Amino acid sequence: MPVSKLVGTKVKRREDPRLVQGLSHYVDDLRMADVMHAAILRSPHAHARINGINTDAAQALPGVVTVVTGADIGDSVGSVPCAAANPTLRTPPHPVLAQGEVRYVGEPVAVAVAGDSYTARDALDLIEVDYEPLPAVSDLEKALEPGSPLVHSQWDSNQAFTFECGTGDMDKARAEADVIVKQKFIHQRLAPIPVETRGVVARYFPGEDELTVWSSTQIPHLLRAMLALVLGFPEHRIRVIAPEVGGGFGCKLNVYREEALLAHLAMKLKATVKWIEGRRENMQATIHGRGQVGTVEAAVKKDGTILGVTYDSLLDTGAYHQLLTPGMPPLTGLMISGSYKIPTLKFTSTGGFTNKVATDAYRGAGRPEATLVIERTMDLIARELDMDPVEIRRKNFAQPADFPLAVATGLAYDSGNYQAALDKALEMVGYEDLRAEQKRLREEGRYMGIGFSTYVEICAMGPSAALPAGGWESGTVRMDFTGKATVLTGVSPHGQGEETTFAQIVSDDLGVPIEDVAVLHGDTAVVPNGIGTFGSRGISVGGTAVYMATQKVREKAEAIAANVLECSAEDLEFEDGKFSVKGVPDKGITIQEVALQAHVATKLPAGMEPGLQATSVFEPSNFTFPFGTHICVVEVDTQSGEIEIKKYVAVDDCGKVINPMIVDGQVQGGIAQGLGQALLEEVVYDEDGQLVTGSLMDYAVARAEDLPPLEFARTETPSPVNPMGVKGVGEAGTIGSTPSIVNAVVDALAPFGVTHIDMPLKPEKIWRLCQGGNK
Amino acid sequence: MSNTTTIQVQVNGVSRTDEVQPRLLLVHYLRDVLGLTGTHIGCETSLCGACTVMVDGAAAKSCTLLAVQVDGCEVETIESLATEDGLHPIQEAFWDCHGLQCGFCTPGMIMATRQLLQENPSPSEEEIRRGLEGNICRCTGYKHIVDAVQQAAEQMKAGT
Repeated sequence: MPVSKLVGTKVKRREDPRLVQGLSHYVDDLRMADVMHAAILRSPHAHARINGINTDAAQALPGVVTVVTGADIGDSVGSVPCAAANPTLRTPPHPVLAQGEVRYVGEPVAVAVAGDSYTARDALDLIEVDYEPLPAVSDLEKALEPGSPLVHSQWDSNQAFTFECGTGDMDKARAEADVIVKQKFIHQRLAPIPVETRGVVARYFPGEDELTVWSSTQIPHLLRAMLALVLGFPEHRIRVIAPEVGGGFGCKLNVYREEALLAHLAMKLKATVKWIEGRRENMQATIHGRGQVGTVEAAVKKDGTILGVTYDSLLDTGAYHQLLTPGMPPLTGLMISGSYKIPTLKFTSTGGFTNKVATDAYRGAGRPEATLVIERTMDLIARELDMDPVEIRRKNFAQPADFPLAVATGLAYDSGNYQAALDKALEMVGYEDLRAEQKRLREEGRYMGIGFSTYVEICAMGPSAALPAGGWESGTVRMDFTGKATVLTGVSPHGQGEETTFAQIVSDDLGVPIEDVAVLHGDTAVVPNGIGTFGSRGISVGGTAVYMATQKVREKAEAIAANVLECSAEDLEFEDGKFSVKGVPDKGITIQEVALQAHVATKLPAGMEPGLQATSVFEPSNFTFPFGTHICVVEVDTQSGEIEIKKYVAVDDCGKVINPMIVDGQVQGGIAQGLGQALLEEVVYDEDGQLVTGSLMDYAVARAEDLPPLEFARTETPSPVNPMGVKGVGEAGTIGSTPSIVNAVVDALAPFGVTHIDMPLKPEKIWRLCQGGNK
Repeated sequence: MSNTTTIQVQVNGVSRTDEVQPRLLLVHYLRDVLGLTGTHIGCETSLCGACTVMVDGAAAKSCTLLAVQVDGCEVETIESLATEDGLHPIQEAFWDCHGLQCGFCTPGMIMATRQLLQENPSPSEEEIRRGLEGNICRCTGYKHIVDAVQQAAEQMKAGT
């Protein structure tokens, strides 16, 4: 084995020089000849019948190429796909442009194509749509009540699906319990808000019969397959390219109407057509996250032992299913046990159609809901039993010896040491002193609170059997004539830094300088196959595939080296990129020379294929389960309702770390979004389904001043699921942080009788609680 | 649209004369007329700061300025920072400190930092956070950005 040099160290990102100079190419930066610009007319109504559309004036505007409506498209383009499998699922048709009825504000109604983007927008103003407003339903719980307006009139209710999981006898748990704790939770809708909105360029070359789609996507290969199905156009004639992508957070893990629409227009016009989403469109028509309501019930013994937990929930699906909409509740249900040994668990979910845009995967995707519920429940139990929140957690933690841990939801957690992370965080925050300070401050009429989240999450998505469209990932490593290495990966990074981390792995294991390793991604014509970047799978699934391919390349290189050096492979050692004969250090050959030999192909072992490359497709045998402890200390100003975060400590364990700088960045960014959910963010629709938070003026994304100083540490518990022992870290910060902040504020307001507050914890809400208790 | 007007602008030290529609936004002028695509569009409402450029030495959000408003002005974009000698210290610091992930907000963030350090060469952490309040980064959580601004401040002071 060569001495590891780069893996585990801070290597500056190779992506950055182009990005800090503004020289990279996001979709909107692509310069193409004769490109036409599309603008999309969207519904101003939450629910309306379309009695007619007059496009004559728009068509007549100089510079306009065409104006297309749903009626023009008819059934020539299929329904936008939903990949999540569920036997109870009601899947409404999801046309690229509305067909006779609109069901949410922002639903695409018509598209104008013109020579420039300003003219395309002008054309929208000239399209006349005869809308007949219909009753709309915005509130999830009302949508599922009998007599609600129906989002889809072909069904007798707005029920979209049901799902349940778990095992055990809750009646028995209740009977044996000393205490029953119940709480309702509202997980508000969130907008993912990548700073780059979505964008698509589609180009059709009739001669080659070739469709190329550039899209700001996390899943170029899946998008290619889905476009083939939706367009009825063969997959092998389609090339999808994810150029530089300016953030995704799950919202670009999808297949959208606009992607199919632009492809359709390009083919119809035999041209290149571009659409760049505006921020207002992004707020209306890109998926939202969360949107869950549920009630937890926990059956507990006096000593704090948890006998059973049920969580019955509803999911606000919105008007149409996007790619994974019904796949969110299972992720909540599977993770409802948290880091605790709970023998009886029962989870139910009912999806409800509403006149709103779809919900789908947003950073954490179902797990933040589970973590909030179980971590808040631990605090509720502690309060009920007059226990310290730390003690209730210690009492119920799974222990290191329990792994692999069979959880009542059906999962097997891979590895963990929850107590160690908690202990480290307690030491960092100075817990005992804090409780004494809290007591002292309360006597002064000041309200400090301490909140915990001893979270566990599920990553490395995932085993194919558990995912709707494959959970494997591909990696190809190739050394060319001159000894340079090219890596092709099926993951599609958009900020996660895999051009660096994957090169660290290959550089170490092939003994080549990192400058000699190129990592290519995001182009279906370059990368043979892949799934994409989501579910914290980049390093644990994609990185593992690259690692495995690298080992194959080295094995082949070793066989070639042995042949050239006329010895057996067992007689060789490999260090710093050179194969040497053991005991004869000056008899050797560098891996670059081997690469040349592999291509010259005159000294290869008999029967060996020329070239030096290998592809591995890694199919994980299980998920991975990162974990940690976040502790938040707040002080609440009861006069203004403002919350000040005094201290924030995060101890995270994501298994082995390839690049600590990048891991820190992922955790910090994750916390910013988790804090956003706890304190700031909320998508609001009024009762008629109008979007109230339609711009960044109304929707509060965390800014630099909103983030408190953070203290970080790590523990390292390797995963047994993959050879590098990595787990994944993209979502941990978001999943782990939110409950600690909410728990801290509830703890601070305990003297007011406050036992629970739904997010976001806006000053007005806090102030009201301080005036009148928990109501 | 036949209604156009002539503007004369110094962009990154180069004098430009162009016929533009009066309604053309500065950011579209920079990106689509001049091909300077390092300036990004994130919100179209001055709220995210991705489009930040310098107009006559002061940071401005180019998504809500018209091109005609910079007639006779000097405009500097992210493309003006690096020289043949290498990256600007702010760019270098963002790279060193991992002050970016997806990179989309970065050009605007760097231009806002430039303005911040111009006005206050030794900002405290609090002043940095306040100084960047007009710029949204959804990836980093800002800690590494604050680190980068502090490093850049040190280096720029040492360099002057």
